[in-house]
Amino acid sequence: MLTYTLRRLLLAIPTLLLISLVIFLLVDLAPGSPASEIPLTVPPEVRQKILESLGVNQPIFVRYFLWLKQFFYVEPLNGIDALFGSHLAEGMQRIISYQTRSPVFPLIGERLPQTLTVIGTAYVVGVLIALPIGIYSAYRQYSLFDQFGTMFAMIGFSVPTFFTGTVFIIVFGVWLGWFPTKYDTTLSVTDWDSFVKQIRQMAMPVMVLGLANAAAISRYMRSSMLENMKQDYVRTARAKGMSERTVVLKHVLRNSMIPVVTIIALGIPSIFGGAIITENLFGVNGIGAALIGAIRGNDLPMVQTLAFIFAILIVTFNLIADVLYGLLDPRIRYD
Amino acid sequence: MTETTNLDKPESQVAAIWRQFREHKGAVFGLAVLGFLVVFVLIGPLLWQAETLKVSEALKVKNQGPSLRFPLGTDQLGRDMLDRMMSAGQVSLAVGFIAMMIAIFFGTFIGILAGYFKRLDGPLMRLTDMFLALPLIPLLLVMVMLFRDRIAKVVGPEMGAFILIVFAIGLTSWMHAARIVRGEVLALKEREYVLAARSIGAPPRRIILRHILPNVISPVMVAATLGIAEAIITESVLSFLGLGFPPDFPTWGRLLFDGLQYMQLYPERVIWPGLAISLTVLSVNYIGDGLRDALDPKARGR
Repeated sequence: MLTYTLRRLLLAIPTLLLISLVIFLLVDLAPGSPASEIPLTVPPEVRQKILESLGVNQPIFVRYFLWLKQFFYVEPLNGIDALFGSHLAEGMQRIISYQTRSPVFPLIGERLPQTLTVIGTAYVVGVLIALPIGIYSAYRQYSLFDQFGTMFAMIGFSVPTFFTGTVFIIVFGVWLGWFPTKYDTTLSVTDWDSFVKQIRQMAMPVMVLGLANAAAISRYMRSSMLENMKQDYVRTARAKGMSERTVVLKHVLRNSMIPVVTIIALGIPSIFGGAIITENLFGVNGIGAALIGAIRGNDLPMVQTLAFIFAILIVTFNLIADVLYGLLDPRIRYD
Repeated sequence: MTETTNLDKPESQVAAIWRQFREHKGAVFGLAVLGFLVVFVLIGPLLWQAETLKVSEALKVKNQGPSLRFPLGTDQLGRDMLDRMMSAGQVSLAVGFIAMMIAIFFGTFIGILAGYFKRLDGPLMRLTDMFLALPLIPLLLVMVMLFRDRIAKVVGPEMGAFILIVFAIGLTSWMHAARIVRGEVLALKEREYVLAARSIGAPPRRIILRHILPNVISPVMVAATLGIAEAIITESVLSFLGLGFPPDFPTWGRLLFDGLQYMQLYPERVIWPGLAISLTVLSVNYIGDGLRDALDPKARGR
């Protein structure tokens, strides 16, 4: 298992380097470069200075390696400095956003809490809804509940979040007036009232994303439970005279959770990346919104960095899911 | 001696698949809904032609509710919503279909190469893994944002947006098809009939085209059906974020995006396109489910 993990870790390095190159080249070679943004009336020597200050006058591979160095060396050092008050990264060039002229990483750090509270809660809510539905509809296969649950899953799976979101806004925000339609990022929870306010403004985005996540996960839970219900060990457990509760919730559930846990782990990167629509729709000022803002503003370093962070998350959680699968299921042996 | 046993004429394969497909209620429902939507966007414009209004006339009839003259009302520029829904549907369905074809073509091609030729397996699967690890929606957004104007200069804004989006979606969603096909090919390659073909000296090209490809058709068809749904959703996400089609060449996603500003006053302008997208995706997903059952000979026997 350890050798497998190590091998996967080593394999992840070239994959990530390749991805970083693809992202860098795609964004960098595209026509909408900062050089074309400068008005033609600007004199050439000033133009040269501007390009120099943006760091785009060097050959592309120099810039690529500089970016890699900044991403993997300078920024972590800055992180250490911020944590321990040391001065390791002093005087080193950081990744600078074109829009704000400030380092990219603190900007992302400011956005992260909003994404994690709203989208993270939605994911947890989704999992908590999905598991009981999946378990019960597998236990009572073809029952009314199962048919209803399967339909719910299919609908939640098919209806895009931007549509459920708008319908929720129209129904709960405009007609019923229960929840605010926009998320107020400046709200800080200090007492009971502001806490209630926070819950109310989180309700709609969490419901929208939670339902979408629940639909996908409950399908996996159901099919995994169904597969295990037919196994011999279930019959043995029943024959031993164990209560139905123990059989289903201990024996079957534990074994069925193995693939579901990996599916849940695989979905975690989407908390960060896939929430672009929800954040946009409800005005949550998180990472997805930052990405859209950066794309609209032609802020190449921000786009490159965010896209690469998403890629790192995907690769990491793929690896975690695979290792977890091997750890949980003793029948799986990679080596 | 020769007793004539009254055997029924054996069912043709297509008939058997169709019989099994009909058993799946959701799939039949999906087929009916999708059929209705296709008729709506293709035949509808022949039956319903929007009046051509002058700008001054159009501005007088803007933001109207449903009436006999405008069955779905008009938008903020006095354009007939029914007419827009139909033409938007044509583009949406075309994007879904063509992007799926591109994805399936690449997926099958790479899957077969990886499955059949052992030397290519490693590199091609690493490539697939890499594509799976790319953050797709951000990259699609970047691609559309950065290349839209350049392509629009060459082929015009409408065709430019269409080609760019269709290719961007197609080239970033072939990975699942490739994995499925590779798995199937790896298993099929070891079958006796492939060995037989090889032993009579058939070149790899003929083995692949005549013996392997026909046998991977069924999983590919299921993947293709589900791929249409995915492509339609991806396109509408791009349009929804304002980075898809131009407003005079709308898709359902674009109509929804346009309606978003007027959501509080005229919610139906968001509901209709949203409903159309959701129904299309839902029915396509159900059809895919039904096809999966129907095309699996093991399940069909039951």
